Amino acid sequence: MSSLLFHPALPILIGAFLVLRLNGTARSILLLGTPLVSLALVWSIPASLIAPDGVVISIPYMEWTLEPFKTDKLSRLFATVFGLMAFAGNLYALKQEKVLELFAANIYIAFSLGVVFAGDLITVFVFWEMMALASSTIIFSAGTDTARAAGIRYLMIHLLGGVVLMAGIAGEVSATGSIAFTSMLPDTLPRALILAGFLLNTGAPPFSAWVPDSYPEASYSGMVFLSAFTTKTAVYVLARGFPGAEILIFIGLFMIFYGIIYGLCENNARKMLGYSIVNQVGFMVTAIGIGSALAINGAVAHAFAHIIYKGLLIMATGSVFYVTGKRKFTEYGGLFRTMPLTAICCIIGGLSISAFPFTSGFVSKAMTAEATYVGQYYWVWYLLAAGTAGVFLDVGIKLQYFVFFGKDSGQRPPEPPLHMRAAMVFFAILCVGIGVAPQLFYQLLPYAQDYEPNTPDHIVTQFQILLFSGAAFFLFLKYYGWHLVNSLTLDFDWFYRVWGRNIAVAFTQNAGSARDSIIDDLSKGAKQTIDRIYHRHGPAGVLARTMPTGRMAFWAIVMLAVYLLVDFAFM
Amino acid sequence: MLDQLPAIIIAVPLIAAAVCALIRNETVCWLIALVVAFASFVGSATMLGQVQKYGEDISYKLGGWAPPVGIEYKVDLLAGYVLVLVSLIATAVLIYGRQSVKLEIKKNLHGWYYTMYLLCMCGLLGIVITGDAFNAFVFMEISSLSMYTLIALGKDRRAVAAAYQYLIMGTIGATMYIIGVGLLFTITGTLNMADLAMRLVPLLDTPAAISGMAFIIVGLSLKIALFPLHLWLPNAYAFAPSAVTSFLAATATKVSIYLLMRYLYTVFGFGFSIERTPIPEVIMVLSLLAIFAGSFTALFQENIKRMLAYSSVAQIGYITLGIALANATGLTGSLVHIFNHAVMKGALFMLVGGIAMQVGTVRLSDMAGAGKAMPLTMFGFVLGGFSMIGVPGTVGFVSKWYLAMGALENGWWWIVALLMLSSLLVLVYMGRVIEVAFFRERPVDAIPLKEAPKSMIVTAWVFLLACVYLGFDTSFTVGVAEQAVNVLLGGVQ
Repeated sequence: MSSLLFHPALPILIGAFLVLRLNGTARSILLLGTPLVSLALVWSIPASLIAPDGVVISIPYMEWTLEPFKTDKLSRLFATVFGLMAFAGNLYALKQEKVLELFAANIYIAFSLGVVFAGDLITVFVFWEMMALASSTIIFSAGTDTARAAGIRYLMIHLLGGVVLMAGIAGEVSATGSIAFTSMLPDTLPRALILAGFLLNTGAPPFSAWVPDSYPEASYSGMVFLSAFTTKTAVYVLARGFPGAEILIFIGLFMIFYGIIYGLCENNARKMLGYSIVNQVGFMVTAIGIGSALAINGAVAHAFAHIIYKGLLIMATGSVFYVTGKRKFTEYGGLFRTMPLTAICCIIGGLSISAFPFTSGFVSKAMTAEATYVGQYYWVWYLLAAGTAGVFLDVGIKLQYFVFFGKDSGQRPPEPPLHMRAAMVFFAILCVGIGVAPQLFYQLLPYAQDYEPNTPDHIVTQFQILLFSGAAFFLFLKYYGWHLVNSLTLDFDWFYRVWGRNIAVAFTQNAGSARDSIIDDLSKGAKQTIDRIYHRHGPAGVLARTMPTGRMAFWAIVMLAVYLLVDFAFM
Repeated sequence: MLDQLPAIIIAVPLIAAAVCALIRNETVCWLIALVVAFASFVGSATMLGQVQKYGEDISYKLGGWAPPVGIEYKVDLLAGYVLVLVSLIATAVLIYGRQSVKLEIKKNLHGWYYTMYLLCMCGLLGIVITGDAFNAFVFMEISSLSMYTLIALGKDRRAVAAAYQYLIMGTIGATMYIIGVGLLFTITGTLNMADLAMRLVPLLDTPAAISGMAFIIVGLSLKIALFPLHLWLPNAYAFAPSAVTSFLAATATKVSIYLLMRYLYTVFGFGFSIERTPIPEVIMVLSLLAIFAGSFTALFQENIKRMLAYSSVAQIGYITLGIALANATGLTGSLVHIFNHAVMKGALFMLVGGIAMQVGTVRLSDMAGAGKAMPLTMFGFVLGGFSMIGVPGTVGFVSKWYLAMGALENGWWWIVALLMLSSLLVLVYMGRVIEVAFFRERPVDAIPLKEAPKSMIVTAWVFLLACVYLGFDTSFTVGVAEQAVNVLLGGVQ
């Protein structure tokens, strides 16, 4: 039990509560210190505690034992990158005035570490739900009305996902009598439900839209935190729970192209990065679906690298948002003149995400590609290659071009404050460092492997893909350019309309009168439904009214009649 | 002395009530009530311990008359479990409620309050301990009449109307119950429950037995406030003095559920009422309706005491759902939830009592910003809310888990899904309170708040900590409940 005190989530959790009380330097030291303590704890876990051979901390609970602190190489890898992200995120958010966001972000990180070290399904579930509450608080704390609405939609979707997950866990435990979180296949209904619950957090279809809908509504720093943990803990639980579940290949591929296509059409820079998260997580989900040791290595390596370069990209666009207050590509342009450092960091992030050789994205994605090839999933290999080209188009070029280059918008904003720059530089160095010295990085991976990504052969192939997709962008820029972007302003968005406050409906629709009328109909329908519920259940509703005593007596007689009737009729 | 315990825990509160009526000094009455309630608790726990230890039921012949002619007091595991619950809550509410009683009840009525309180406790304990169908009716009337009085003691004048409504409905319920007992008596000639069970076996198919059963079930459903017969409950809970609400919510309906279980499983027998009649199906439908209608209505309440009252309607649905599942696991869930709900809802009503005292109202909108000024109260509300939702690590999870497992044993997937969905509703209505208390600023012109008196906070928190403790260590609740289920299912399984 006492070893629980060395749980890496604990320093961050305590820190989160202290943040509420502290100010100024003390707060800064705390924010930067707790992730480092956590990282130190992750790496000081003695070898004897590393599963499968090691001892596991267990707590008796009802008729089972909870395992809140179980470590293996997989969990250590995720804990490491979560620690790094916590550090960089806190550094980036150091001067965030909204203490609530810092508090929520840090407990959110702590809970995701809780998932990563959970050895049983109940513990996973608890931290899973806590993460949903904490992350929606991050969105709420942005303080705008749109953020509030987005936060509620986000919370609803995730709580529904939690319901599915819990139903699955209940069924699984009922069937097997064990709460252990081990690798399984979605071959029974409960397991399929567990998988569905997990998948919801990856941004899998049909609920992919929660990512781009909610994340951009968080503050400039809030999105940095959000981008890293929810989807990646989901990747973690999939890698642990469902390696080799073939359906994941199809789901992953769908996510890849969903992210690219919607991303290309998106005018809001941060929202586009939201789509890009879905796209990147798609690569990981596909790899987990393949399920070989190399593929799992590829998936988790990709998750590791992705947290860093996506964090970097979101920090860079967040900085632009922070200094300009604007969100859309059409409002940016030519910003490299006064924000060279941000531009360089963003480009490094963009190259990484596009798997440019000698970046972290290249050394991680190469493994997944290799795994599809070795596993004879040739068609998946081609689709992944096409996906990579698409990503380069999206984030590698479009983002950079429209924000920092392209048509000069005339704005001359300054670079962001020092701590934000420091966070970006830190991550940029990591992106390149991993790409240049991949073998060091590979040692962290769950399975031992002998694989070298930086071979001439790989590099040449990759350059070809990137070159052609780059050429395509500039070739079609004339058509794609301002006209297309302008006409799509706010065209793609989606709505959850609440039916009975339970059922959320997602839909996407082009601009124009058609959309308006549909939204009108939907909102009218939703309003009517709620009105109806209110009419029945509200303070003056039929079921809540202070009943005349006679009416109550009447019901008693009705019930008596019912019992007599059914007893005599059906006995 | 030990042999006489079953009689003592009924007789002493009765006598003490009379003494209180004569003295009517607040301090003395409170002390008497506290000592008596605590003694009942010790007595109940002793008896439960004995039953567990020796594995045989305690049977007490009142006045030396042997059953079935005389009245028999009978303590088995199930009765012992409920006795402990009632006496425990009674003691705790006395410790908790003294301050709020002083504030919410007129000074000249304080003595009467404790008189009625003791009478009510006596009645509730009596219903549980007696093995006699008619005697149960007598105790039911004792507890109900004193409960009506307790509710009407509130300063809020609507309390009188609520108590009156409860009185009418309670009386209808009791009447139906006694009609049912009468029907059974006419065909069997006995009132002792064990004897009834035996003599009914060949007579179960007769119209008299079936009608008797219907009358008893509906009568008890009224007392339980099982949907759609719950309509008396929200007002009674909302307008009664806070201490009364805490006591009422945690004990009164639970005791009636106990009695219903007794009749369905023991008197009419599992083989008849559960297996041959469609009663479980009817109860299941009503339970689910209770869960959803109660929760939906709670969503829209502006008065948080009423909100919790509707939530009780829903929670009663969970308990009766376990009865309808009719397997050991589901029944265990049901019994565990009787205890767990008493603990968590008791705690929540205690906290609301503190809020009523400090804020002056229990309207949600008046609680804006209360989180800052009353952190202990509001964090307690968060914890209690977690338990109500059924977050693992709290008691709420334990009981819902057993119910879900019970449903799965019957292969009823959709019930599990509905259970989970209903948790979401709880999250929303508890979340509203949290949102208002923590995320809204207190209006500048509002009265400044401070924490409720220590005695209230401490008792509420003891209960809340129990929610967490019993959420992890289930050896008492689940342990005893599992054994008690054997009493109900007897030789069936």
